[in-house]
Amino acid sequence: MTLSSDSLPQAGLSAEGAAASEAAYDAGQAAGLFQILAPDGEVVRPDLMPDADTQLRLYHQMRRARHFDERGWVLYRQGRLGVFPPFGGMEASQVGTAAALTADDWLFPTYRDTGAALTLGLPIARTLAYWRTSPHGWAMPENLKVLPFYIPIATQYPQAVGAALAEKRKGTRNVALAYIGDGGSSEGDFHEALNFAGALDAPCVFILQNNGWAISVPTRSQTRAVDLSRRAAGYGLPGVRVDGNDVLATWHVTAQAVERARNGGGPTLIETVTYRVKPHTVADDPSRYRTEEESAPWREKDPVTRLRAHLLRTGVLNEESDAALLAEVAAEFEAALQEADTYPDPTPAEILDHVFAEPTPQLRRQREELLAEVEA
Amino acid sequence: MVAAINDALDMALARDPDVHIFGEDVGVMGGVFRATDGLQAKYGVDRVFDTPLAEAGIVGMGIGMGLAGLKPVAEIQFAGFLYPALDQILSHLGRFRHRTRSRYHLPMVIRAPYGGGVHTPEQHADSPEAILAHTPGVKVVIPSTPADARGLLLSAIADPDPVFFFEAIKLYRSVKEEVPTDYVTVPLGKARHVTRGDDVTVVCYGGMVEVATRAAEAAGAAGIGVEVIDLRTLVPMDTDTVLESVEKTGRVVVVTEAPRTGGFHSEISATIAEEAIEFLRAPIVRVTGYDAPYPPFTAIEDVYRPSAVRVARAIRKVMAY
Repeated sequence: MTLSSDSLPQAGLSAEGAAASEAAYDAGQAAGLFQILAPDGEVVRPDLMPDADTQLRLYHQMRRARHFDERGWVLYRQGRLGVFPPFGGMEASQVGTAAALTADDWLFPTYRDTGAALTLGLPIARTLAYWRTSPHGWAMPENLKVLPFYIPIATQYPQAVGAALAEKRKGTRNVALAYIGDGGSSEGDFHEALNFAGALDAPCVFILQNNGWAISVPTRSQTRAVDLSRRAAGYGLPGVRVDGNDVLATWHVTAQAVERARNGGGPTLIETVTYRVKPHTVADDPSRYRTEEESAPWREKDPVTRLRAHLLRTGVLNEESDAALLAEVAAEFEAALQEADTYPDPTPAEILDHVFAEPTPQLRRQREELLAEVEA
Repeated sequence: MVAAINDALDMALARDPDVHIFGEDVGVMGGVFRATDGLQAKYGVDRVFDTPLAEAGIVGMGIGMGLAGLKPVAEIQFAGFLYPALDQILSHLGRFRHRTRSRYHLPMVIRAPYGGGVHTPEQHADSPEAILAHTPGVKVVIPSTPADARGLLLSAIADPDPVFFFEAIKLYRSVKEEVPTDYVTVPLGKARHVTRGDDVTVVCYGGMVEVATRAAEAAGAAGIGVEVIDLRTLVPMDTDTVLESVEKTGRVVVVTEAPRTGGFHSEISATIAEEAIEFLRAPIVRVTGYDAPYPPFTAIEDVYRPSAVRVARAIRKVMAY
C-alpha cells in the first residue's frame, strides 16, 4: 500500500483544526493544571501552602525580577542596555523553579531566563553587563553554577544531563535544572536529552516554559500536541503540568522534583503554562502576529499581583511593607547599575582571549596582526 | 594502531578517576573497532558506558560532564556521523571557554574513526577534519602510527581544551610497531619528518601518510629526494616545520583524502604561499578527494581516495615545472 498525500496529516492546521486545537488547549489547561493559588489570589490547595517566609521570599524575588525587566526597557530606550528578551509576566515560571535550587545545583538558562538566573544569585550588575555585551557579564561568578544565557535553542538540555550525571558520578546530591520554551521543545536536543536522562538516570529537572509563542509562531502551530508535559511519558519520565503564573505552584512542584532527583529518583519534566505578554525582544513588534485582545486575558493572570493579593489578604504584607520592599528592590538595582557603569569597555585584543588555555602559534600571530591593525 | 589506542585509554582511565568513556557500543561490545575492548570490565559501567544512539546527545552530555569537572572521552562511531552533533560542537564545545571568560573550560576528547580505503558502507568514510579545524576553540589531532596514536591520545586527554581525535580506519589494523608501555606522550602541535629529502616537500597526515611515504619511496628510486611531513595535529599546526622544509625544497605537494574545495590542504597551501612564496620553484599541487560525496562503490573507491601513484605523479609534476 502506498500513502497518498491526502492520507497524511496536513502540515498546517485548517481553520477548523486550529479552533479544535485551541479548544482542546484551553480544556487541557482547565483540567490538568496544578495550582495552589487561583488568579484572584484565592488559595486552591491550602494543604500545600508553604510558610509565610517562603511566600514572602518568592514575592521578593518576583519583584526583583520584574524590576529588572521594567528598568531594562527604560535602559534600552536610553541606549544603556543592548537588545534583551523581556520576561515580565513569566516571573512565577522562572522564580518559583529557580528558587527550588541551592547554590550547589546547576542552572542552565535560556536567553529569556534572566529572572531565573537572578533568583539563583547571579548578581544584577553582571546580568546588566551581559545584556550590555560586556565581557564582565560573560565571566560567570565562581560561587555559582549558573551558565551564561543560552542563545541557540535547546542545546542546554543535553548539557544539563551531562552536568547532572557528573554530579552523580562524583557522589554529590546536586542536581541540574534546565529551561526550554515551547518552541525549543520541537528541537531534537530536547528529545535526546529527555531520553538520555531517563536511560542514564541523571538527576535532572527539565523546565518547559510554555509561554505560547516562539517569536511569532503560536504553540498550536508549533506542535499538534496540546499537553506538552505528556511528552515525558514517551521517555519513561514523570511529567507535570503546572500553572506557570502561580509561583507557589511552580515552587512546590519543582522543589518536589529536585528532592526526588537528589534522592536518586531520576529526572522530571515540568511544563509551566504561562504567556509571553511582552515582545520576543525589545526590538520585536508583536502586533504583526497577534492582537491585543489575544494577550489581554493573560495580563489579568499576572503572577506578581496574584501573590500580592494573597499576601495582603493574609496580612503577611501590608501596603507599607510592600512599599518598603519595592524601595529596597529599586535601591539594590540602582546600586548594581552604578557598579555595571564602572566596568570598562573591552580592549580590541580581548577578542582573542580565552580561546584555549594556551594560545596556539596561529592565535599569537593573529594577536600581533590585530594589534598592528588597531594601531595603524 | 587500535591496540595502541586501547592501551592509551586504559592508561588514562587508570591514572585519572575523572576520565569517563562513553558512546555507542563502547561498553560490553568494546566498540565497533574494539578500541574500548575490555575497558568496561576493568573500570565498571559508571566509567565506561553505552549511551543511547544520538550524536548530539553524546556530545551535549559530554559538554555538561566537562563543565562539571569530569574528563569526558566520547566516541562517535564514524566521523561521518558527527554531523548531528555539529550544533553542540560549533555553538558550544568550541566556545565555552570564550563565552565564560575561562570560568568554564571543556577538557573533552571526541574520538572518531575516519577516512576510506576499507570498503565501508555509504557515509562511513568521510574526512570532515576541515570543518572542525575551521571551528575556533577546538583542537584537531590525526595520528598515523601506533606510537603517535598512543602518545597523542594521552596528550589529548590531558589537554584542558576540547580535542577531536580522528583515527584513520585504514590504519587500525594495517600498521604495527612497538609502542612504549609507560606514560609517554607526544605533544600536540609538533609535526614529524617521515622521510628526509631536498627536492620536494609532501605535507600530509593520518591515512595519507602511508600513501605519501610509498610515493616518496618510488620517487626516491627515480632519484628525487622527498621530505614527507606528517602534521600530526591540524590545530595547532606546526607551521615552522613545514616552512623550514619548503625553504629547503622549494616544491610542495599537499595530500589529504577530503574533498578539494575548502579542505585543510587549502589552509596548508595558503600558509605556504603567504609565508614562503619566494622559496617556491613550482606551484603548490594538492592531491585530494573530489568535490563529491565519498563513493560507496567498492569497485571504484580507490579512484576517489588519493593513491601512491597519484601522489608520485604530483611529485613528478612539481619537479618538471
